[in-house]
Amino acid sequence: MPQKISFTSSALLACLLLLAACSKEVADVSQQFPALQPARTDINAGTWKTILLTAPDEVAVAAPAAPTGPDYTAQINEIKSVQAAMKANDKEALQYWSAGAVLRWNELTRQLVAKYNLPPVNNADGVYPAPDANNPLAYPYFPFSNPPYAARAYAYISAATYDALVACYHYKKLYNRAAPYNVNTTVQALVPTSDLPSFPSEDATVAGVMWEMMKLLFPGEQAFVQNKINEHLQSRLASGANVRSDLDAGYALGRAVALKFVARARADRAGQAAGSLLIEDAMRLATIARGEVPWISQESPKRPGMLMHFGKVRTWNFDSATLVAIRPPAPPSTNSPQFKQELEEIYNYAKNPSREQIRIAQFWADGVGTYTPPGHWNAIACEDFVGMQLSEVRWARNLALLNTALMDAAIACWDAKYTYFNPRPFQMDNRIKTVVGLPNFPSYTSGHSTFSGAAASVLSYLNSKRQSDYDAMAREASVSRMYGAIHYRSDCEQGLVCGNRVGGFSVERGKADGAGL
Amino acid sequence: MQHIRMGILCLLLCATHSLRAQMDIDALFMGKGQLCTGPMYMHNSWNNYWEGTLKRDNPNLGTVTTQSISLMGMYGIRKNIAVFYNLPYVITNPSAGQWKGQRGFQDGSLWLKYKPVTKQLGKAQLSVIGLLGVSTPLSNYSKDMLPFSIGMGSTNGHARLMVDVIRNKWFATASMTYVLRSNVQLDRTAYYTTQMHYSNEVAMPDVTQWNLRLGYRTNKMVAEAVLDNMTTQGGFDMTRNNMPFISNRMNATRVGVHFKQEEVGLKPLTVLAGGNYTIAGRNMGQSTTLYAGLAWIFQFGKNNNTKK
Repeated sequence: MPQKISFTSSALLACLLLLAACSKEVADVSQQFPALQPARTDINAGTWKTILLTAPDEVAVAAPAAPTGPDYTAQINEIKSVQAAMKANDKEALQYWSAGAVLRWNELTRQLVAKYNLPPVNNADGVYPAPDANNPLAYPYFPFSNPPYAARAYAYISAATYDALVACYHYKKLYNRAAPYNVNTTVQALVPTSDLPSFPSEDATVAGVMWEMMKLLFPGEQAFVQNKINEHLQSRLASGANVRSDLDAGYALGRAVALKFVARARADRAGQAAGSLLIEDAMRLATIARGEVPWISQESPKRPGMLMHFGKVRTWNFDSATLVAIRPPAPPSTNSPQFKQELEEIYNYAKNPSREQIRIAQFWADGVGTYTPPGHWNAIACEDFVGMQLSEVRWARNLALLNTALMDAAIACWDAKYTYFNPRPFQMDNRIKTVVGLPNFPSYTSGHSTFSGAAASVLSYLNSKRQSDYDAMAREASVSRMYGAIHYRSDCEQGLVCGNRVGGFSVERGKADGAGL
Repeated sequence: MQHIRMGILCLLLCATHSLRAQMDIDALFMGKGQLCTGPMYMHNSWNNYWEGTLKRDNPNLGTVTTQSISLMGMYGIRKNIAVFYNLPYVITNPSAGQWKGQRGFQDGSLWLKYKPVTKQLGKAQLSVIGLLGVSTPLSNYSKDMLPFSIGMGSTNGHARLMVDVIRNKWFATASMTYVLRSNVQLDRTAYYTTQMHYSNEVAMPDVTQWNLRLGYRTNKMVAEAVLDNMTTQGGFDMTRNNMPFISNRMNATRVGVHFKQEEVGLKPLTVLAGGNYTIAGRNMGQSTTLYAGLAWIFQFGKNNNTKK
């Protein structure tokens, strides 16, 4: 008996010790990204075709002082004193930002999307209050960064960053002022060096864009954004890659270019996308008049459909006539045998989902409190771009192609959703219980499928050796919505087809922008 | 994108807590060579929950119910040393909305209970008891569907120190517990807490518990009132109208009662029953729990000891 006791107790003790030894540290992919070391400088990127800028020098940048005079020497000394005073957290910040400005700001955008992706709770009278851009810190916080909102945020930020960096690279080549670590050998280079001229700073250009775009998109986060900008710019000084005047010129350029995009955003009709209960009722009546069962919110109390006029928002890569032309065909009539069969299929998925189906549904769920499906595709893209060793301007170009396609996908999908106003499976058969959240808008077509089709098309163009992977991911994201029991097969299949077509327009832009691959 | 905000769970913690209550949280031991084992049924439900510190209901969930059936047992290695186990099967379900409840084998646990000190203090008897336990998921359930996930998914180590005083059959038992929790893996590659994490792995804050029991006990029966608390050492609050998440700061204070009667009709048959109610909480449902169980006592080897 004593042996038995000591065996049991030592086994238990061993388990406990093992647990205690277990670190709570979590390996975070984003923290392990290496310092950016572009395979090519893309020094001629100033000639690439911009999205809104009419010419790369539309925003003027005055010529910098030559790297010889006393003013420049003072700036070199600033770097040296910053480097001498670096503490552990400064080094950490330097390492973090060295992975790349476009990458890090894309990640920070994803973080804000996740933070704000929360639908407002209803008031006591059952009415859902609307977030107010002019009062973003009062509940309900502005914005509710749902998938269309998120797609739009990623698109504007990426497109503005791209145009600003094309302008930045134009001036880099024009003024050709070398980086401080190349001008003065006593300046330490704490990041990988490059022959790319440092005036204006590409990092500061991105930061300037972010300041203006975040004011518009996440107006309650000014303090957070300002802190990040300060940390970012300081890390560039400390790295020895930029002097103060590189940063100042880049920051001003970024802000000025971004204002063009802010002006577009204010007029792109997203401000009117929320719609109203009156509009929703009219859509419902029109659907009934067509002999179809109309969508009804399944929330309690009933919540107005999400962004019912997002389908009218201005697209990036094709015009409004094309939007109508590529609209998916009408879904199977809610009275048709095909509809009943598709409903039955989802009922069977819902009845007893396998663990693998639940895994897939949750892997792609990207619901409340997450960076949304467009954010998921940005994460996938960024991990791949890190391995491709792109210049900052090419990073921006790739993300602009991806994210303008994702916003166009949101517009095309929302256009279809509120054109057809099709009910969700749970509305048609309340035995169909779901393992992911039930989105509060019509079923046809699937947003995830449209986003994923568009993203897979663009990424396959940008990184063709992974084409089959992207296609497989898109198909899995699409079918995950059937496993989740919130979409019919037609929603998913037609969504993928439409998404692929939407992505194709962005690929056309990419093929014509002069950047090549 | 999803429309349902949820209540909180951690119910599961409560659930296992009530289940364990019979063996790991009281001062009782088995006689040497005795195995006491049997099924237990537990019913836990709530319709109000604390979103952070804000108490609310949610018509998209209605009443969230967790039921469990478990097999538990305790074996007396010696008069003052026992091992025990618990194997629960859990079923969750909301009364409203479209969410699918989940079911499956939850977390099995194995404990060692040791009473090194028994001391007579006048007419009172004082005991000091130490417990070590481990619990781990018995199935690969999803941890990302709170409040419908059947468990939290971490492998836990429990260390508990207990003091028991009994005089004239009236007793008081107090215990403190530290629960070490391992990291948990989700089915997704990124998640947001108060910042983004690009990993499928979640660091789980540890938990402390205290438990106070006052009552009357004889060789054959126990009747007691219970006050207990669990406090998560870290974690974050659910944001407004958000889903709950496994690493939320889940706290609860509960009051309850517990009864046990041996030799019910048949000599080896024991009946257990009890319940509790959450009087304060954070990121958890305000739950009411009721449970009842049967146990059969088997004697291995020579029966040469009187129990307790």
